[in-house]
Amino acid sequence: MSCKLTQRFVPGYLDGELDLSRTIEMETHLQVCAECARELERLQALRTAMQRGSLAYAAPEGLRERIQSSLRGSAPAVVPERAGFWHSLQFLRPPLLLRWAAAFAVLAFCFVTAWQFLPGLRGPTSEQRLAAEVLTSHVRSLEANHLMDVVSTDQHTVKPWFDGKLDFSPPVEDLASDGFPLVGGRLDYLEGRQVAALVYQRRKHFINLFVWPDASVSNSAKTLASQQGYNMMRWSRGGFQFWAVSDVSAQDLADFVRRIETRISPESK
Amino acid sequence: MQGTATRERFEQAVLPHLDAAYNLARWLTRNEQDAQDVTQEAFLRAFRFFDGYQGGNMRAWLLTIVRNTCYTWLHQNRPPESAVEFDEEIHSSESSVGADPELQALASADKVTLHRALAELPDIFREVLVLREMEGMSYKEIADVASVSLGTVMSRLARARTRLRQSLGAALGKES
Repeated sequence: MSCKLTQRFVPGYLDGELDLSRTIEMETHLQVCAECARELERLQALRTAMQRGSLAYAAPEGLRERIQSSLRGSAPAVVPERAGFWHSLQFLRPPLLLRWAAAFAVLAFCFVTAWQFLPGLRGPTSEQRLAAEVLTSHVRSLEANHLMDVVSTDQHTVKPWFDGKLDFSPPVEDLASDGFPLVGGRLDYLEGRQVAALVYQRRKHFINLFVWPDASVSNSAKTLASQQGYNMMRWSRGGFQFWAVSDVSAQDLADFVRRIETRISPESK
Repeated sequence: MQGTATRERFEQAVLPHLDAAYNLARWLTRNEQDAQDVTQEAFLRAFRFFDGYQGGNMRAWLLTIVRNTCYTWLHQNRPPESAVEFDEEIHSSESSVGADPELQALASADKVTLHRALAELPDIFREVLVLREMEGMSYKEIADVASVSLGTVMSRLARARTRLRQSLGAALGKES
């Protein structure tokens, strides 16, 4: 008496991996086949024993903190590999250390060489830090479902909404006729100060336009950067600093910025 | 800073699976300190690859990295395991009616015996049991983590269970 189904389907039945028709078939079969029924019973007993034995290990105390602190030393925004590499070494024990050292010796050499020739590698500039902050704000505004505090497509609703909330009055323009309708605004923080965030839409995409007064920069040209699939443009005009960030194409974003500029200071174009 | 944001996103997504990661590392390295080191290294690796993570099953993604890190580590720090014999027969023991000795053995297996029996299994069998019985993973998830086919998962799982049952039976046989 050797049932062909025992080895083929009993484990799958136990693990809930059979499709519906096979499951029903096995249920009927198990009532008449002693061999399959006994196999199932034993497999269940094994499972019960393993559960009863509570064999799973929980991470020991302190491991989480150890990992977090090693992550903290790892991979900053602008030059991910370099700092991640050096810092991670401090937490690895000798066998791993040796391995990493061997694996990355060549890389390290490259970085040292690059360090001498590329000043850009020597850490983020204040503008790069600001760019990172702008990007984070943009991503967070989309993720946390906190895109807008005031929802309106009317610039005459959005602009007064900022009164009393900010110590400046941001220029608010609707660009609906240009294909970039204003959909709302909110307060945000960048570099520790309150800024106005104006939200525009381009088809299914959102553009965050951050505005704050900054007398320290004179009217400056637009600079375009792209990070992690997002495009960013920054410029200054009339004592305000502007940052636009979105996942629209660089071309669309440039178009948006050009149109905003035209509205805000018609004389400039 | 963007690095901070990325790290926070990573920690939120990945740290909840720390226990699963450590458990797999602990069972594969069979040593607490090594498991901690390997887990930590795996998290650093995962952080480096985080940009490449395409969404989907985070736990399976992480455990794949943990497993690879474990095997790299084992390869460099442990003598190779004696080759796994593939000739074992799935034993269908005598069809005695009434009391089933194996069932009794399984029902009375204590934690220490079980632990030893599992620890003595070859790595490839131990890992499928850990993933299936402790992490509750589906065959598909196990196949992804171990980079093998579904058929291989099923045959390894069957062999793993058979071996475990045999060694539990043998262990209990010796005691009584």
